[in-house]
Amino acid sequence: MSLLEISDLTVDFDTEDGLVQAVRDISLTLDEGEILALCGESGCGKSVTAMSVPRLLPPGTTRLSGSVKLDGRELTTLPEPAMRQVRGKDVSVVFQEPMTSLNPSFTVGYQIAEVLRRHERLSRQAAGRRAVELLELVGIPAPQRRMKEYPHQLSGGMRQRVMIAIAVACSPRVLIADEPTTALDVTIQAGVLDVFRDLRDRLGTAIILITHDLGVVADIADRAVVMYAGRAVEQAPVTELFARPRHPYTLGLMNALPSAAVNGRLAEIPGMVPSPLSDPDECAFQARCPRAQADCRLSRPPLERHAPEHLAACFHPGGKS
Amino acid sequence: MTETLAVPVPMSARRGRMWRRFRRRPMPMAGLVLVVAFLLLALIGPLVTGDPAQQDYLATLAPPSGAHPMGTDDLGRDAFARIAHGAQVSLQAGVLSMLLAMVVGIPIGLVAGFYRRWLDPIVMRLVDVTLAFPFLVFAVGLAAIIGPSLKGVVIALGFSQLPAIIRITRGEVLAIREMDYVAAAVADGAGDGHIIFRYVLPNCASPLIVQATVAIPTAIIGESTLSFLGLGVQPPTPSWGVMLTTAQQYLGDAPWLAIWPGLMIALATLGFNLLGDGLRDVLDPRSGR
Repeated sequence: MSLLEISDLTVDFDTEDGLVQAVRDISLTLDEGEILALCGESGCGKSVTAMSVPRLLPPGTTRLSGSVKLDGRELTTLPEPAMRQVRGKDVSVVFQEPMTSLNPSFTVGYQIAEVLRRHERLSRQAAGRRAVELLELVGIPAPQRRMKEYPHQLSGGMRQRVMIAIAVACSPRVLIADEPTTALDVTIQAGVLDVFRDLRDRLGTAIILITHDLGVVADIADRAVVMYAGRAVEQAPVTELFARPRHPYTLGLMNALPSAAVNGRLAEIPGMVPSPLSDPDECAFQARCPRAQADCRLSRPPLERHAPEHLAACFHPGGKS
Repeated sequence: MTETLAVPVPMSARRGRMWRRFRRRPMPMAGLVLVVAFLLLALIGPLVTGDPAQQDYLATLAPPSGAHPMGTDDLGRDAFARIAHGAQVSLQAGVLSMLLAMVVGIPIGLVAGFYRRWLDPIVMRLVDVTLAFPFLVFAVGLAAIIGPSLKGVVIALGFSQLPAIIRITRGEVLAIREMDYVAAAVADGAGDGHIIFRYVLPNCASPLIVQATVAIPTAIIGESTLSFLGLGVQPPTPSWGVMLTTAQQYLGDAPWLAIWPGLMIALATLGFNLLGDGLRDVLDPRSGR
């Protein structure tokens, strides 16, 4: 049994324009110590999928079905007080925006200790000592001094490390990192990714990494799920995915990487993402797909196994091995 | 790129820098001097002056002199003693009614703004209705219902200021509950109470502190007005408003009886308002640096 099992997860949002279908029938698993990347463009449902695990979606307007099991325990039906025990303890989140994700009114040391006192019931002193260790763990120099500083005294990279320290304070089973490096300078990105790798190696934390940056995926992830218009279109170990991408969308993403540019011009995927308000029975990518044929418009391709551990949802997949 | 985002800086960490910025400005400093002078007059004045009720029929309506620096009134009472004791009444009315408005208004604003749902529209429509009345009309009405006394003044002025406090608190809460750090706190398993008191309240403190310094002079004028109209502090107790009521009968013979309390009300109010403006400038990052 995997640490985390998401099966047939579907998430809709009630909006003024109607029901927005954010995530459709996603099933995925996460093992202990594994780094899983959820990738795709903005609005493909990668964040919504991950945030369904700690149930951080707006409660009033979210319609969620399917199952999310952590260690065999169903989370979707857990009462809210019990869910609060899970958040920050078993499942933690590192958000995209390090500049504004810390409380400006308290020192970073206080904010780290706060989580420990809440979930581990540590005393003020014990939580303070542990906070220093955590700052050291995420690679912040002079942690004793930094403890007493306020968020505005730290740089973006430092704040992101503090956010990570807060997230891993209670040794969570699953860490969700939502675009953790997007807001950071490139040089700082590498350092933050090292912190994640280090945490996985030392604490065995399983990490769900939400990103649209295939460079980050190649760098750190073990396995990747490529999402398009709310569905998983391809899922494979990272080396396999980059060596033999099956789905034309994955291929398009890879060709759009700056390193793949031809004559200094980036390749783009023509066309637009279909509206999330409707969900016709066809391949969502067919209108933009270079390989699309008549059958792509007649029914939706199911996610099928093309190689061991390599799934893709395409009638005309590439990269036959 | 990283420093372009305006991240609010906590009070404690900014205190030194704020004081340096504050000290350079002449008007807020003048306000601070006036407020300190007013506080000294109210706290120490009554100890050094004589009994404000001591009557001297040999020296009624006497002009300012060595024995009576501000002159005497129609009953021969020392005007300076009455001004000093009146300052105490003004200070009590100002601070207590401000505290009342804060203690009642902030929790209401926090709950209405944080939970919204059915409570928020009800509270806000009530606030709109009360704000539709001019401040003094509302205060006069309340004071008339409660009855004339210092307690009545404090309650009337406190409740008259309540709608403004609720509205400001709610507005701040609405903005802060959408901040990333609140979302992060939810993701760390924080409960509502914790989020309200550790995340929302500390981060909306600045505008509330400014509002507090504006509420005090409003209440000082309010107290004087209510007392002048006979709805506030009652005659044996000296109050600047009561002094003005008496003074108007002797305006031709003893103009100083009207000048002193009038000047005091003007200076105390001016002091708090200048101080409040200065605090707004240094505390509120949105008002520009």
